Amino acid sequence: MTIELFIQYCFAGLTYGSIYAIVAIGFNIIYNTTGIINFAQGEFVMLGGMISISLLPLMPMPLAIALAVVITMAVGALIEIIFIRWLKNPSVLRMIIITIGLSILIRETAVHIWGEGIRALPYFIGNQVTAISVFGARISPQVLVVIGVCGLMVVALGLFFKTTSVGRQMRACSANRTAAVLCGINTRNMVTFSFVLSAGIGALAGCVMSPITYSEYDIGTGLAIKGFTVAIIGGLGNAGSAVIAGLLLGLIEAFSVSVVPLAFQDAIAIAILLVILFVRPHGLFGSSEAAGLKEF
Amino acid sequence: MKRLLSIAPLLVAIIAIQLLCAATGTLYYLTQMTMSAYYALLIIGLCVLMGYAGQISLGHGGFFAIGGYISAALTTHNLEPLQENVLVAALNSLGLLHAGVDLYGGTFLVVTPWVACIVAILAAVLISYLIGVPVLKLKGHYLAMATLGFGIIIYRVVLASEYFGEADGISGVPGFTLVPGLTVSGDFSGRIQNYYIAWGLLIIGLILLLNLIDSRVGRALRAIHGSSEAADAMGVNTARFKIQTFVLSAVFAAIAGVFLTHYNGGIGPSEASVMKSVRYVALVAVGGMAHLWGALTMGVLLNFLSLRGVFGSYDDAVFGLILILIMLFAPNGILSLRWRPGLAKQVDEKGDG
Amino acid sequence: MNLLQVDQLHKRFGGLHAVSDVSFAVRQGQIKAVIGPNGAGKTTLFNLISGALPVTSGRVIFKGKAIQGKKPYQIASRGIARTYQNIKMFSGMTALENVMVGRHTRSRAGFMASMFNLPGTPAEERAIRAQAMDLLQLLDIADVADIPATSLAFGQQRAVELARALAMEPELLLLDEPAAGLNIYETAEVGRLISKIRDLGITVLLVEHDMSLVMDISDEIVVLSFGQKIAEDLPAAIQQNPDVIKIYLGEE
Repeated sequence: MTIELFIQYCFAGLTYGSIYAIVAIGFNIIYNTTGIINFAQGEFVMLGGMISISLLPLMPMPLAIALAVVITMAVGALIEIIFIRWLKNPSVLRMIIITIGLSILIRETAVHIWGEGIRALPYFIGNQVTAISVFGARISPQVLVVIGVCGLMVVALGLFFKTTSVGRQMRACSANRTAAVLCGINTRNMVTFSFVLSAGIGALAGCVMSPITYSEYDIGTGLAIKGFTVAIIGGLGNAGSAVIAGLLLGLIEAFSVSVVPLAFQDAIAIAILLVILFVRPHGLFGSSEAAGLKEF
Repeated sequence: MKRLLSIAPLLVAIIAIQLLCAATGTLYYLTQMTMSAYYALLIIGLCVLMGYAGQISLGHGGFFAIGGYISAALTTHNLEPLQENVLVAALNSLGLLHAGVDLYGGTFLVVTPWVACIVAILAAVLISYLIGVPVLKLKGHYLAMATLGFGIIIYRVVLASEYFGEADGISGVPGFTLVPGLTVSGDFSGRIQNYYIAWGLLIIGLILLLNLIDSRVGRALRAIHGSSEAADAMGVNTARFKIQTFVLSAVFAAIAGVFLTHYNGGIGPSEASVMKSVRYVALVAVGGMAHLWGALTMGVLLNFLSLRGVFGSYDDAVFGLILILIMLFAPNGILSLRWRPGLAKQVDEKGDG
Repeated sequence: MNLLQVDQLHKRFGGLHAVSDVSFAVRQGQIKAVIGPNGAGKTTLFNLISGALPVTSGRVIFKGKAIQGKKPYQIASRGIARTYQNIKMFSGMTALENVMVGRHTRSRAGFMASMFNLPGTPAEERAIRAQAMDLLQLLDIADVADIPATSLAFGQQRAVELARALAMEPELLLLDEPAAGLNIYETAEVGRLISKIRDLGITVLLVEHDMSLVMDISDEIVVLSFGQKIAEDLPAAIQQNPDVIKIYLGEE
């Protein structure tokens, strides 16, 4: 393998990896406040891309993306308020089935609005053939945009949870819900907010990745299962290690192309997921004792 | 005897529907009724796994596909060029292969449907066992994702394998002669016969599962669902029972796949798709999880409507909506809405297997 | 002869030594009680014996064979039955069905036999039902046989749980606070019942808070405090033991 090819694979891996990491963080945010795995997480990414593409003819791109993110956040809020909020102690099985149903509904709505065609936002900088040279490898600037935006999101989320009042309240909720209630935190609003937040970051990721990976009505399931793989590798509920795990999975996938046929690429992530689940269900970075305390 | 009595109304309904269709000249309905019966066979198997053993599977479309695809591939791939191969020759001398002449006068040599069917079932047993041992150690989200992942892998494999026809699937699958005079195939002349074959198979499946539920094994399964810890302390080997149920339900799915593939004369990758697996879960949920009759009724009814094209392009959306509505308002199934209100709470307390 | 022998049994949860180096033996046909203040490690001890928790170190010997590290269902099929402090009924099943599950280790029908109703299966099923019914009668709750177990009164649920354990025909019965939540009349009744169970030839090891019950029926008593055994003696001697009095009444 030449050094150029190696760098090319690295960047491809990091691009996809950062998207997976964002989806995984979306899983984690909702999981931490509710104990639910939201199977519709990948649909937020799809919605972000699709909505921004539809808005593009009407307004400049930054505005279209911003509005798409806001609309997706509203969808996230609506989902929580309509379907989740009023259930009293639903079982895990029930929540799994409801969020799967939601993902189907969103996808089917999308196919009726946008059809089955593949769409894409234009490149943010330059066009398809614009490239900058990194150690001799030609890299599209959009790749750097994706990695940069995802990186910024991670930093912003970190600051949000550390420094803002709402962020602290959400952390309190995930640490101990009852205690949070006793401290006067409105946990229900925090749950809604967690849906809004993970819808928002998913949608933004969906926008920035759209020029490279394209947007299509049915990308959600694939992203969800990869995001879940990443969340599991990092240890469910642990946002920090999800970033490392995401990049790791992206790189593995990128380099696997040279060994395994492209058609089986998805199967690799799933095979990794299955192996991790069988061997270390609490994640590579998680501790088994902490996992034992969680309710799956 | 008691069992026969309890299914008597079903037998009457099956015959009545056939006679009604014959009388009104709407025999074409029987085609969808036949297909629905095969799907329902998978669904009652999944019902035992989900409702009684309390294990969710989002990968049963995969087992259906294993059955259908193996049977289709074996009965269509011409082995004639391999005639010299020791294995092929041995199979041929045992009478397990079938030689014939195709439409264009070419000769072919394929595996007979009975052998293909048995191979398909054995494959389902083997794969479900190998997958089941590690997977069923997982719970909740993890189990759901692992089975979903298994389903996607099967989907990817059939989509990427030339042997399984890639995106086109396999067509030209011959009829399956069960005994002389009884053939599973899509021939118009055999429509009534096939209707009864499908429903006969479904009823046999139903009786076997009803027997199972009412037995020591069924009790143990329900006990695991009721309190896994106490069941363990009563000497119930919970891991083994879960795996056996998983394998059983996979076999039901594979048999459904084999028969429907011979009936349709082919199979395509959509049968292995995630959406199919989710649909099966939806139908079990609508029927009421731990309710074989409910799963059967809803499985037949909704599949029939779907196959008739009643839902149009909203087919998948309808099943998604059904899933949500059922889980929100009647987690014990649509049949439970009236007379078993107290159970809704129980699913919440105990349904997180 | 010692039916059960607990040898240097140790259980650690992180830094907490829930059970530390506890040893004692239960003789065949005995009623032995384990007492101690809350958090003394009594229930943990039961969970270690029944296999519900893995031991950190030490041995549990039942009928001369080490059983620590075995799965709960394996230990159950060797002849140890148990009840729970917080009753664990099989929800969605009737009282009778609950007890019928107790016959699991004493019956054999598997998947194939059950599905195809192979010869012998219906007879076995009838026998299971009859034996379960007999036990409900023994415990005076035959009238609630067909009622969902989780909707029974508390005392009745305790009885069903006991019947379920007895259905296993155990050699050793572990009772975790059988009188918890019962009034004094019911407690006295439970005491008579436990003696009756012993007379059936079943060895009983029980954890109990109710001193009057323990003193009344036990042949021997083990006292635990903070995971350690501080005394093991006859009931009369335990009552006089200064260490035991200290942990129960506090130091002067």
